[in-house]
Amino acid sequence: MKYMLAFYETAETFAHRSGPDAPAYWGAWKSYMDEMNSVVTSGSALQGPETGSTLRVRDARTHVQDGPSPDSKEMLGGFVVIDVPDLDAALAWAKKAPCAAAGAVGVYPVLPMAM
Amino acid sequence: MVARRSYGRLLAFLASRSRDVQLAEDCLGDAFRLALEHWPRSGVPDNPEGWLIQVARREVLGQARRRGVSERAEPALALLAEERLAEPAAMLPDRRLQLLFACAHPAIASDVHAPLMLQCVLGFDAVAIARAWAVKPEAMGQRLVRAKSKLRGSGVPFAVPEAPELPERLPPVLDAIYAAFGLSWERLDDTLRQDWATEALWLAELLTRLLPDPEALGLRALMLYSHSRRAARRDDRGAFVPLEAQDTRRWDMDAITRADDLLARAAHAGRPGRYQLEAAIQAVHAERRHTGRVATDALDVLHGRLRSIAPTLGNTVSHAAVLCRLGRATESLALLAGVESAAGQYQPWWAVRAEALSSQGDPAASAAYDRAIALSDDAAVKTWLKARRSPTQG
Repeated sequence: MKYMLAFYETAETFAHRSGPDAPAYWGAWKSYMDEMNSVVTSGSALQGPETGSTLRVRDARTHVQDGPSPDSKEMLGGFVVIDVPDLDAALAWAKKAPCAAAGAVGVYPVLPMAM
Repeated sequence: MVARRSYGRLLAFLASRSRDVQLAEDCLGDAFRLALEHWPRSGVPDNPEGWLIQVARREVLGQARRRGVSERAEPALALLAEERLAEPAAMLPDRRLQLLFACAHPAIASDVHAPLMLQCVLGFDAVAIARAWAVKPEAMGQRLVRAKSKLRGSGVPFAVPEAPELPERLPPVLDAIYAAFGLSWERLDDTLRQDWATEALWLAELLTRLLPDPEALGLRALMLYSHSRRAARRDDRGAFVPLEAQDTRRWDMDAITRADDLLARAAHAGRPGRYQLEAAIQAVHAERRHTGRVATDALDVLHGRLRSIAPTLGNTVSHAAVLCRLGRATESLALLAGVESAAGQYQPWWAVRAEALSSQGDPAASAAYDRAIALSDDAAVKTWLKARRSPTQG
């Protein structure tokens, strides 16, 4: 089964992407992604949440908001789609994510599409 | 007629490959309905379970075909491939342990673990389960449907976890069985609830038969000790009798012997845990049938160990109760004070505090009794607490 792992990070963790903590931050993600390489089918790291926009259409009017949804403490920092036998395998990979301790990992089964 | 005990076995078999409990339930339900139509006319088949499983499997495949290429087709086809392997039906592999682990999977909300087990393994409908949990049938129905849709959609494996995973995965299974057992505990006079104790004991027996883990054995021992006292918890006039004052001749000696044996088997593994310790505490109480007294010092030690591995509100209050009985009211009150912020509506906290204050002649005991009485929903317990309160009122 395919699952999307959504990596949610806190503002403090995002701050580690640059500065003195950057090598440790990126090193942890690189070794995690290397280890997971054989099951990853796609995915990407994302730029910081301040670069994101949130768009809504209401009453035929477009509202674009600067940044992610404001009420969440944890923001999407990246995602992968993995192909594993079952939810336990997906949860085991999620548990190893560098952001699991301070942030969170969303585990979403991908909807299979009939071609 | 096929006993209800075989329901879970049939369902587990149907659902284990497809991971679709709802589909398996629907098809098994159809099979049971057809059986009620056919068997009275054509006679009960030699192998009723085999008959049911064949009909149910045909249903599963038929549904998959009707839906064409749907998300459900793939598991149904896996079932088809398995069909040949599983002949004859009498040789059906027992996948109930896998089903128990799926029902209590950490990805399923923990408050629905026990309802899911009662439905999937024992075949109770949402109405009966809702009554046991004192919630509206629609609400329970929705929770069960949601859980089953999560089981189907999210790829929860129908598998027994590997040994390294067991310490994390087994406790939710045990907790759910104990929660089902607890349903009948609060209101002894409610016969509808009383039935759940037997059902939960049966689940525990099934679990220990399929997986003789020391904690599973400990849980079953604990439940049997509790169950052994069901006739002694009220006197002839229906009044509440606390454990220390129970007439041991009213205890079910056969249940106690079985509990002792289970606990001894569990201890053999040398891996103590929460349920073994709780059972050991009950074993100490059960010894009173021989010695005529309760080894309160041993209780103190066991409660201390239990609290060190499971520092829950309930365990803390139980330990405080033992200290109170040992005449160590000051220590008892200190222990209670440590969890005061969580005590709120927890009746035992107020009852033990009342007892401890009362033993010190503290007039504040009366207010604590009042609170404990107000929080009890059992009339017999209320009466008993009122009688305990009155000496401090003079």
